[in-house]
Amino acid sequence: MTITAIAEESMRHRELDALEAEAVFIMREVAAEFERPALLFSGGKDSIVLLRIAEKAFWPAKFPFPVMHVDTGHNFPEVIEFRDRRVAEVGARLLVASVQEAIDAGRVVEESGVRASRNRLQTPVLLEAIAEHQLDAAIGGARRDEEKARAKERVFSFRDEFGQWDPRNQRPELWRLFNGMHVKGEHMRVFPLSNWTELDIWHYIEREALEIPSIYFAHERDVFERDGMLMSVSPHLPMLPRETPFRATVRYRTVGDMTCTAAVASTAADVRTVIEEVAVARVTERGASRADDQFSEAAMEDRKREGYF
Amino acid sequence: MDLLRFVTAGSVDDGKSTLIGRLLYDTKQVFEDTIVSLRRASEAQGLGEINLALLTDGLRAEREQGITIDVAYRYFATPRRKFIIADSPGHVQYTRNMVTGASNAELALILVDARKGVVEQTRRHSALTALLGIRNVVVCVNKMDLVDSSEARFRKVEGQFRQLADHLGVEHVTVIPMSAVSGENIVHAATTMPWYEGPALLEFLETVEVDDPAQHGALRFPVQYVVRPHTTTHHDYRGYAGTVASGSVHAGQEVLVLPLGVRTRVAGIDRYRESPGCAQAGDAVSIRLEDELDVGRGNMITDAGAPPAVTNRFTADLCWMSDTSKLLPRQQFWIKHTTRRVRCVVESLDDRLNVPDFARETAPAAFELNEIGRVTVRTLEPVFVDPYATSRDTGSFILIDVATRRTVAAGMMREALGEPATA
Repeated sequence: MTITAIAEESMRHRELDALEAEAVFIMREVAAEFERPALLFSGGKDSIVLLRIAEKAFWPAKFPFPVMHVDTGHNFPEVIEFRDRRVAEVGARLLVASVQEAIDAGRVVEESGVRASRNRLQTPVLLEAIAEHQLDAAIGGARRDEEKARAKERVFSFRDEFGQWDPRNQRPELWRLFNGMHVKGEHMRVFPLSNWTELDIWHYIEREALEIPSIYFAHERDVFERDGMLMSVSPHLPMLPRETPFRATVRYRTVGDMTCTAAVASTAADVRTVIEEVAVARVTERGASRADDQFSEAAMEDRKREGYF
Repeated sequence: MDLLRFVTAGSVDDGKSTLIGRLLYDTKQVFEDTIVSLRRASEAQGLGEINLALLTDGLRAEREQGITIDVAYRYFATPRRKFIIADSPGHVQYTRNMVTGASNAELALILVDARKGVVEQTRRHSALTALLGIRNVVVCVNKMDLVDSSEARFRKVEGQFRQLADHLGVEHVTVIPMSAVSGENIVHAATTMPWYEGPALLEFLETVEVDDPAQHGALRFPVQYVVRPHTTTHHDYRGYAGTVASGSVHAGQEVLVLPLGVRTRVAGIDRYRESPGCAQAGDAVSIRLEDELDVGRGNMITDAGAPPAVTNRFTADLCWMSDTSKLLPRQQFWIKHTTRRVRCVVESLDDRLNVPDFARETAPAAFELNEIGRVTVRTLEPVFVDPYATSRDTGSFILIDVATRRTVAAGMMREALGEPATA
C-alpha cells in the first residue's frame, strides 16, 4: 500500500467509527425511551448493518427487541433464506407481516395489470403490523443520501395515529437530544443510519466481514429490459409482448420486491470490487434499481406521507 | 477530524442553494439520473440551464415556491475528508431551523451578497452561530461576478464582517470571494480574482483544523442504558452503556457517580466483543464499576475532581420553537438534558435578545416563535449543569410540551444557581 492509500484507509476507519458510535447511541436511546420497539429487517444491506449495530449496542446482552419483516411474497428467495438464517444466528424473534396474507384476507387489494406491484401495499400492511403488535417505535435502515425527501427527515421521525409523516410539521431535532415522547397510538420511525452513504455501508460491510445475500454479487440471470432497467424474469412480473428475455451477468444494488427492483450489469463478485464499482458509479442506487421512485419528482415524499418506510 | 459537519446560512437570494449545488456538482457527487431529473425540473420552471439550487430543495412545496423550508442534510466526500452539510434556510421565520442545523456543526458558512455587504440577515446568522458555540466561520462573499470581481468591494465587505465577528467574539473567521453561479473559488480557484491569494472554499474545508473541545474536557458519561445479560457466561455482568460526552475514561480511574455522590473506580470498559483499556469523547461503550451501586439511565459518571454542578436551578439561553404556543413565565415542561428527563418550570424570562442589533430587553412578557433570550429554569429533580460554552453535550437541553409532547425549545445552560431566596 502507498502512504496515501494507508492514510485514506485510516481516515475511513475513523469516519466509520464515528458513524457507528452515533448509530449505537441512537439504538440505545430507542431501547431506553420506548416500550415496544422493533427493528425492521428486510435482508437488504442497510438492514444487515442495522442488525450488527443492534448487536453491538447491547453486547454482551442480546438486543431487547424483535425483528420485523414486511414480506410482499414477491421477494427474492435468496434473500428470504438469508433473512431466516441471520435472524436465527443472532437469536432474535422474527415477526413477519405478510402482504400475501393481507391480500388473502381481503384487507388490501392487489393492483392489477402488467405493471402491478405490491410495493405500495407494504404501507398498510406495515401500519397494521405496528398496530397489531402495539409497536411504539420501528427502527429502519433508511439513509438521507438515498432520496431528497429523506434528506429532510428526522432521525426520530414522528408518525401520527394514522401512521403518516408530515414533512412540514416535523419536530426540531437538536444536538444528541432525541425526543421519543408520544401519546398512545402514535409511533416513531427511527433511522440510526441517517448519516451514512451507500459507500459507507459497503465499507462497513467489508470491515465487519458481514455476510450479505448472494444476489448483491455478480451472477447469471434471465432478465428483460423495461424502461431502461433490467428486470428479473419471474412469475410475479409478466412480460409485455415486445419484451424479450436474455441471459446476463448482473448484480443488485438494492434488494426489494422483485416487481420493482432492477438489476445492474456487473461483474463485481466480492465486496471489494462492489466498492470499486460504487465509488465510480454515476447513477444513484434508487435511480439505477428502483422503479418505484420513477413515477414523479415527489414519489418518495408522497409514499412517506402515507406511512411508507 | 475526518468527518466535518458544517451548517450553511444564507437568505433566499444569497445563492446558498446554488453554492451547495456547485460544491456537490463540481466534486462529481451528483449522479447522472439526478442531473436528468434536475434538467427536467429546470425546464419545467422555464429555465434554459440546470438550476443547481434544485439539487437541495427536496420537498414539493419548496420546489413550487422556490424556497428552502427545512434543514436538509447533504453528504459528500473527497479523498481528504467526508462532509455532512446541514443546509438551513436563513430567513427570520426559520431561525429554529438554523439553530437546529447549527447544533451539531463544527463550522458555519455564512453567505453574503457582494453587492449588499453585511445586512441584517448576516448579523442574525452570525449571532446564532456565536450563540450555538461554533468557533469557525467561513464568510462566502458571493456574486463577485456582479461587482466586476472588485478587490476594493471585497475588502470593504471583509472589513464589515470582521468588525461584527470581533463584537460577537467569533474566534476563527475566513473570508473568501466567490461566484457560485460560475463556480469561481468554490472547488476551482478563481481566474478572475488574481488579487486573492487564499484558498478556494473546498480546499479550505478539506484542510481546516477544527478543535473539538470535548476531547480535552473533564470526564462526562451520561448513563444511557443498563446492560444486564442474565446469561450463564455473563451472569453477574452489569455494564452502564453510554457515549462519552467529554474527556476520557480508563480502567482503574476514580470517578464520581451522580446524583448518588458516591466515589468508585472504573473496573473495565467494554465495546462489542472487546474490552479496550480506555475510551474518549464520542466513543459509545459500556462502563463497569468496582462497587455495586444503584445506577440507572439519567445518572452520570463524571471526573471525581471536576464534577458538574448538581442543582435544581440554572440560567440558560433559550430559543423558543413552537409555532402554536408562546412561552410564558411559570410554564411547566419536561426537560431532556443528556439522558435525563425531568419535570421543570421556566421560572422567569430574564431578557430577550433582539438579534440584529444585539440589544437585550429585560423581563419580556413572553417569547414568540423564533425568539431567543435568557431564562431561569427550576427542575423537580436535580440536573448536572455544565455551561454550554465549555461542554456542548452536557450544556444543551430541549424542552418538551407536557400535553403535545413536541419539542418546543432549545436551551444552552449558562450558570448553576442556588435555591431562590424566597420559596
